[in-house]
Amino acid sequence: MRLIKNVGEWVDQRLQLATTLRETMQHPVPRQTASWAYVFGSAALTVFMLQLVTGILLALIYVPSAAEAWSSLQTLNHHVALGWFIRALHGWGSNFMVAIVLIHMVQVFLFGAYKFPRELTWIVGILLLLMTLGMAFTGQVLRFDQDAYWGLGIGASIASRVPLLGPWIVNLLLGGPIIAGATLSRFFALHVFVIPGSLIAFVGLHLLLVLKLGINDWPMPGRVVRRATYLREYHDLTHKDGVPFVPGAVAKDLFFSGFILLCIAACAVYFGPFGPSGQPDPTIIQTAPRPDYFFLWLYAVLSLLPPSMETPALLIGPVIALAVLLALPFFAGEGEKSWKRRPIAVLTILLVAVALGTFTHLAGYTPWSPVMDAWSGEPIPARYLKGCTALERQGALVFQAKQCHNCHALGGAGGQRGPQLDRVAVELTEDQLIRQVIQGGGNMPAYGKNLSPSETTALVAFLETLHPAGQAPARDASRTVESASRP
Amino acid sequence: MTESDGLSRRRMLMKVGILFNAAVGAILAVPIVRYILSPVTRERKAGYESWLSLGPLTQFPQGQTRLAIYRNPVVNPADGETANIPCWVRNVDGEKFQVFAINCAHLGCPVRWFPQSSLFMCPCHGGVYYADGSRASGPPERGLFQYRFRLEEGNLFIDAGELPTTGSPTASLTNITLERRPCA
Repeated sequence: MRLIKNVGEWVDQRLQLATTLRETMQHPVPRQTASWAYVFGSAALTVFMLQLVTGILLALIYVPSAAEAWSSLQTLNHHVALGWFIRALHGWGSNFMVAIVLIHMVQVFLFGAYKFPRELTWIVGILLLLMTLGMAFTGQVLRFDQDAYWGLGIGASIASRVPLLGPWIVNLLLGGPIIAGATLSRFFALHVFVIPGSLIAFVGLHLLLVLKLGINDWPMPGRVVRRATYLREYHDLTHKDGVPFVPGAVAKDLFFSGFILLCIAACAVYFGPFGPSGQPDPTIIQTAPRPDYFFLWLYAVLSLLPPSMETPALLIGPVIALAVLLALPFFAGEGEKSWKRRPIAVLTILLVAVALGTFTHLAGYTPWSPVMDAWSGEPIPARYLKGCTALERQGALVFQAKQCHNCHALGGAGGQRGPQLDRVAVELTEDQLIRQVIQGGGNMPAYGKNLSPSETTALVAFLETLHPAGQAPARDASRTVESASRP
Repeated sequence: MTESDGLSRRRMLMKVGILFNAAVGAILAVPIVRYILSPVTRERKAGYESWLSLGPLTQFPQGQTRLAIYRNPVVNPADGETANIPCWVRNVDGEKFQVFAINCAHLGCPVRWFPQSSLFMCPCHGGVYYADGSRASGPPERGLFQYRFRLEEGNLFIDAGELPTTGSPTASLTNITLERRPCA
């Protein structure tokens, strides 16, 4: 013990940091901030350090070459002792990091911590959020599988829509004309050098700002932030009713960080590493690429936006969102901090959460995509064919063979791109069915060129049988009049 | 010499030093920026596109649409399989061909051909195209991208080499006109 103390004193005689460090650690913070609500920032920092360590460990084996990356991931998964576990830690760590950063941001927003004098802390925080998302996307690319390959294609297609500069941005993004070796190399450089380097610098700045300005006081309804008086009020609060950060407030941070690390390790052991999915071979086209969890909402938005709104929404939407986030502390820098007195803030969070949750949920079962193998893999339920005439059964064959089932569900199976057809005979008359099949419309392709008249007749005869028992199919009233008026 | 003189001379020297470093920085910035922009400026390259053979015409029976694969003309050893690019070849009548890019005109996912219903379907966001590549339904705003082709000595050649995207010059060159479909 004495030896450690002596060495410590010898080092500090030269470094002269001990006093500053002690003062920093013991600086007074408002008593109520020693709370479970204030643990997310430190947890994000802990997970970031886990990502740094596991990332370096993965770089010992990983080969950032389009020809070999995928097999080096297989090596990590199967041939290196516990390589799968380090991959799983890094993958789950990334999911947890995005989640914790978002929760931290929501907490900071609801507690009014972005208000005077912590505007710059908030702005640096927004940059840290962008970098975290950038790490998540570039990390997904480094897991160089089919999803990564086609995900890059989606990224390039979005970038190409920038007016005038689009094609140049695509070439810069890909490092050449196609998604290939140069693309992976530059995403490797981004993921391993550029973004983490900036992250370390900005995390340092973020922490420095927290130390300089003090931890946000617990918001009390009625305790209003005013530029003229806030600094004095905060000083009084911390010095009259404060506790030293260490050990007063740090215990909960330590417990929560440890708990999060344990959760990540548990997920890594239980669920294992993410992929890689199929080889990044563009000639294997039997694939349905999907983004990682945190970009699923975007995947849904891209499918559901009307085509004409897509490019403006993609290019202008993020700019507006970013501008609003960055400007927030300037137009709401004073006033109430408590969420109890800020209903619009609470509603905004709820709205964003519900929207993101809904889009993510939708992206889980992609109702907008045709089910590519429903025509060959999902037979029509037998009860739909019972008692059918030969013509109607022929129509059921046409329904399967022409891939109608890929977009239309029957008996709960099949695609959801178009309406499910279990009651279609009640909703459309025979003539309307023929017109819809031949001319398409309402987002359905026209089948006029692909169906012979006999196939159309058979198909419509089958569709006419699709109505609930006891409910007659829709009939065109004019037909009855016409047939009655015939001699 | 007064103290203020010395200070001003030191200040002057410091400013000259800063200027000197700024000048050296600017000189160094030129090659750095050119290096970064090399995928755009395509230095020492005529361009990314060149004429490639997709193989003998016998591989593409009349009236059918078949998958063909070519090796990208600009290729590096590190590219591996990613330089093998697929495309769809439609032999309309033995003389007229259409060569479609694999990438959906919406956001670049691989479209699949269904000969039974004569449709291309995209697995990502639900884009659908007719046999001639024109848009049938879904989010795409246009038809499939097409490569220019020519027939020589019984072989099919296409002009390819760059990932087709909505904004790229190759896309506008080969943009097919959408047939107007009444009542659709």
